Amino acid sequence: MTAPKPLKRKAGRIDDLASSSGGTSLAADAFKRMSRSPVAITGAVITVLFVLLAIFSPFLAPKNPYIPYDELRATLRPDSIPGPMPGFVLGSDQNGYDFFSRLLVGSQQTLIVGVCATLIGVAVGMVIGGLSGATGGWVDTLLMRFTDILLAIPSLLLAISIAALFAHGTQWTVIVAVAVVNVPIFARLLRGAMLAQRSSDHVLAATALGVRRRTIVFRHMLPNSMGPVIVQATLTLATAIIDAAALSFLGLGDSDPSRAEWGLMLGKSQSYLDVKPELAFYPAIAIILVALGFTLLGESLREALDPKNRR
Amino acid sequence: MLRFIIRRLLQVIPTLLVLSILVFAWLRLLPGGPAGALLGDKATPAKIADMNRILGLDQPIFVQYFKFLGRVLTGDFGSSLASGDSVLAEIGRRFPATIELSVCALVLAVAFGIPLGYLAARYHGRFLDNATVMTTLVGVAVPVFFLGVLLKYVFAQKLGILPPSGRQDVTIDATHLTGFFVLDGVLTGEFDASWDAIKHLILPAIALGSIPFAVIVRITRASVLDVQQEDFVRTAESKGLTTTVIRQRHILRNALLPVSTTIGLQTGLLLAGAVLTETVFNWQGLGSLMSEGIARRDYPRLQALLLLAALVYVIVNLLVDISYAIIDPRMRVR
Repeated sequence: MTAPKPLKRKAGRIDDLASSSGGTSLAADAFKRMSRSPVAITGAVITVLFVLLAIFSPFLAPKNPYIPYDELRATLRPDSIPGPMPGFVLGSDQNGYDFFSRLLVGSQQTLIVGVCATLIGVAVGMVIGGLSGATGGWVDTLLMRFTDILLAIPSLLLAISIAALFAHGTQWTVIVAVAVVNVPIFARLLRGAMLAQRSSDHVLAATALGVRRRTIVFRHMLPNSMGPVIVQATLTLATAIIDAAALSFLGLGDSDPSRAEWGLMLGKSQSYLDVKPELAFYPAIAIILVALGFTLLGESLREALDPKNRR
Repeated sequence: MLRFIIRRLLQVIPTLLVLSILVFAWLRLLPGGPAGALLGDKATPAKIADMNRILGLDQPIFVQYFKFLGRVLTGDFGSSLASGDSVLAEIGRRFPATIELSVCALVLAVAFGIPLGYLAARYHGRFLDNATVMTTLVGVAVPVFFLGVLLKYVFAQKLGILPPSGRQDVTIDATHLTGFFVLDGVLTGEFDASWDAIKHLILPAIALGSIPFAVIVRITRASVLDVQQEDFVRTAESKGLTTTVIRQRHILRNALLPVSTTIGLQTGLLLAGAVLTETVFNWQGLGSLMSEGIARRDYPRLQALLLLAALVYVIVNLLVDISYAIIDPRMRVR
């Protein structure tokens, strides 16, 4: 039996052909359509500005955001928090830190929380969903039953119950709690996309040509199933930041007062609403803008990647 | 039909069983185990061993689990660490408040969401449509607790039109028969008490309703847009039916099918949102019971609330599936 060998080589060549095929690919086409959509551009601009701010904020911050200042503390009272004064653009926060610098640096921590929670959720979800979609049978049944049960608990309640397991909250408590909530969502999504691929013509053709199963899964099924995962990941960045803020609001966030993260700043400033509402409003506006940016980008990605909209 | 319902009911049992295992395991994941959590900072190895014996934690894990299951099935969730009361009694006391709030939130969301979604689809691509889509996108981006805080700040603190927190003014001496404050007032004839309860309800209901509202608008809009292009609508138009008849009988009725499913699925969001909204408005319901439980790490209470939330969610989904099967016969075969 020498037949399978040349067949395998042939399959390799077909793979090369597929990846270097001319014409517009779905991705290039989607990019072209997105660059013409004002919604997509708005989302992209907000996202890019946010990421740039997150990267460069430590250099932009005029003061050290992690230490309290005596000038601010001198006039800090429970019923009056100092407003703008020379050197301190937005004045003090409730602990005598420079509010403006903390707002700037907060972008970085917020991005870290959002990205880490999303990436962990995507990674674990993809392993579960990929395994499920690629193998089928009892593995699939078992894994999907498990995700069903995780989905049966309302997401925020699940996040709360995970975060509540830790006696003292840290940033990682929040990240892990938000990530776990997203695992079943991504697992379901990838499994669904891969199941659709499994019965598609190009997978059938590859199987008929004798391509190894691993190659089919990793080179044919997985890349073609990534579209919905990328869209959902973009949308999840927004919800992850909002959910992290909710956990902080409930007192499950980082207990370190010097930590500057928008959700945490918003959560901890609730009791000072009468005294200085900006302490809550500015981080909230920042979160809303960033969440909106990711949502707009995700929604327009979804529309652009939808083959139904292709002309 | 009956067969479908029975099959669907049977599917719920394994889900609930595994859920109970998860919740059981959850308590055992605690740092220092349940005994350590109960004793808190006072925990010494000897005290933990004592407590483990009292709690039955020195027995084999399977024995523990079946004992736990037995207690849960008889409604015994233990007593709250914070108040010492039975957890079930606490939940019973707070239950009506959350139902009152959630129902109001859902009614608001449906009453405004469906018409707005329908109008957006009808004026597709025009200003109203774009404004609606933008509003729902912004609505999703606003953290629900911040919306609550904002409403409270503007309407209670700055304008002083509506009360900032609580369910009823403390100076009102109202009789409470059912625990539903609005209903109580109507039943006893104390209409001023009802009116006061309604005033207290408005802000939290708007805040909580904002989540299902955005979803309902989007689904209604998408669904109406879909149905508008169906063949039967074109047929109805070519038959010469009036636009009103087509809109009411052919488009709206068919478009509302997916919307009704979505409304059912919103209960999960409402339960989670209630934790945040009730905390902001100091609303004495299950949500604030939970957030108080979080602050004190009151695990028996959290465990019971978690199981209850999942149970409600599973049952509502079951009811949605069944009602869907009644409306749409195609669903029964799946």
